[in-house]
Amino acid sequence: MPDSPITGPDRRGRYGAYGGRFVPETLVGPLEELEDAYRKVSADPGFRRELEELLRSYVGRPTPLTRVRRLERFLGTGRVYLKREDLTHTGAHKINNAIGQALLARRMGKKRLIAETGAGQHGVATATVAALFGMECEIYMGTEDMRRQELNVFRMRLLGARVNPVDSGSRTLKDAINEAMRDWVANVADTHYLLGSVLGAHPYPWIVRDFQSVIGREARAQVLEAEGRLPDLLIACVGGGSNAMGLFYDFLGDPEVRMVGVEAGGRGAALGEHAARFGGGRLGVLQGTYSYVLQDENGQIAATHSVSAGLDYASVGPEHAYLHDSGRVTYTSVTDELALEAFQLLARHEGIIPALESAHAVAELVRLAPGLDADSLVVLNLSGRGDKDVAQAARILADRHDGRGIDG
Amino acid sequence: MAEGEGRTNGRIGAAFDRLRARGRKAFIPFIMAGDPDLETTVRLVPELERAGSHVVELGIPFSDPVADGPVIQRAGMRALRHGYALGDYLRAVVEIRRVSEVPLVIFSYLNPVLQYGMERLAREARAAGVDGALITDITPEEGAEYRDCMRRHQLDCIFLAAPTSSPGRVRRIAECSSGFIYVVSRAGVTGARRELSDTVRPTVARVRAHTALPIVVGFGISAPEQVRSVWEVADGAVVGSAIVAEMEKGGDAAGLLSRTGAFCRWLAGGGA
Repeated sequence: MPDSPITGPDRRGRYGAYGGRFVPETLVGPLEELEDAYRKVSADPGFRRELEELLRSYVGRPTPLTRVRRLERFLGTGRVYLKREDLTHTGAHKINNAIGQALLARRMGKKRLIAETGAGQHGVATATVAALFGMECEIYMGTEDMRRQELNVFRMRLLGARVNPVDSGSRTLKDAINEAMRDWVANVADTHYLLGSVLGAHPYPWIVRDFQSVIGREARAQVLEAEGRLPDLLIACVGGGSNAMGLFYDFLGDPEVRMVGVEAGGRGAALGEHAARFGGGRLGVLQGTYSYVLQDENGQIAATHSVSAGLDYASVGPEHAYLHDSGRVTYTSVTDELALEAFQLLARHEGIIPALESAHAVAELVRLAPGLDADSLVVLNLSGRGDKDVAQAARILADRHDGRGIDG
Repeated sequence: MAEGEGRTNGRIGAAFDRLRARGRKAFIPFIMAGDPDLETTVRLVPELERAGSHVVELGIPFSDPVADGPVIQRAGMRALRHGYALGDYLRAVVEIRRVSEVPLVIFSYLNPVLQYGMERLAREARAAGVDGALITDITPEEGAEYRDCMRRHQLDCIFLAAPTSSPGRVRRIAECSSGFIYVVSRAGVTGARRELSDTVRPTVARVRAHTALPIVVGFGISAPEQVRSVWEVADGAVVGSAIVAEMEKGGDAAGLLSRTGAFCRWLAGGGA
């Protein structure tokens, strides 16, 4: 475990007031079993070695830290580096956690992996590791997300996973998690629920953050080697918040490093039009954890909207809630519109097509650029690649340009 | 009285005492309050009592009910369409109390309770005539404040015990419960099943070792023979999804009431 003033969670799975384990009784035993198993493997050098070897030889780590000079010139900022999680096998940071949890599940003797997915990246990562380890795999995905992310649905099926459409509620990530929890509660004996973000009941937010913290560990070493000093600013998008926790975690103890988490501002400030939990959420419990939640006055969970399926969720990881309240991390939001502009901007200036999720972080960089001087040093987590979003972006941009396409 | 023996509220404890004295077991229907509307709920509860129910569980809907299968999810969605606030459900309880003394347990999830305010809910629920509460996603470990609120307002605090609960947890659950303990028949969500799970008997026995409280069994019970099998090992049987599915068949209000009543008579008459 790296040195950090914030090594939470506490014994009850809390990050300050947030987190905990709010689940039906049937799941408490399995969660305790998972916590015990994870504690054991965290102290096991054999497990660490096995994980590191897979991250190197299968995932392709360490991922590069890429300086984006043309974008710097265009924005008139100091130095900007992208942490290239888009270059991992399967194309997003999700694989870091999927590999870790699948190894853990195998140690626990589980034969079957289930997972929820929003954008499909976590579903693809889970289907991938299931294929790698010869495990059975079922993915739950909202029908609205299946429509937005057809390519990833095909990839999961190609990898041998069964994709179960979820047609309840808002038909997005939240509803997929409900169904995955219902599957798990019925099949706990042989099944591991491979949760994909720093969400859910303890120990999930802790396990996922640990497996993702490789991002920040590498980035820290890489930026020190390239620049001889720590960055002034970290930027990452925040859906559940795993890529952001992964980047931020190793820098939490460095007060000179400012951090910004970017939520989905969607298409407006009204409830239901966005997924900015720190903008419009109230404290509550959703899917096992106490955090900021978008909800109505009766405590019913609100619909959310974002152009990016991976940010389209009504709650946020409890450690982010803690970092928000403590002021250590600043949270902002970026609209669909600005994210789409940033999506094109990075493509045209750097030859890198970001995931629409990561494009929110790029849009925040664009907004902050006028305030960043020539000596500034920024690391932005490019959490995933945009291949999965190309069809959807083409549709939206074609509509917007009145049928003339993006060259119009 | 020791904590685990705490029958803090009159109606639930008294109902089980009466049953015990006559060597009988409890029939406990679950319905979703507000399905298809609260007017129906107010008329249905007395009908359930006449049909031989000893306690009635009233679901308060939540948008994301992770412990429930599709039938109860749909009932919750039908109720949610009305946009009722928690206060509306409590007003329905006041109406029910004009004509019925059947013990009432509200059954919900934590988030709507948090938004209403736990203390306010306990106070108002007690005043309305509610006897106990079961909040699916509160376990004893996370439930200290909840239990204090409930106890302060003399509401019974019912916790779930599951086949997956470790021995230490079963003891903890028994210590923290009052009114009765609800044993989940099998690992899974609510929903009718043909066979009663073989985990029922051992789980009830494990709970029994730690408590003198009544033990009821629910999840998956849908036929009179299953109710009878549960009565052989426990003090009461809860039927939810099967009743809600019967209600889902629709029809006019009068038809729905008489049909649901008849269905419960059939379930409860199985061995009483």
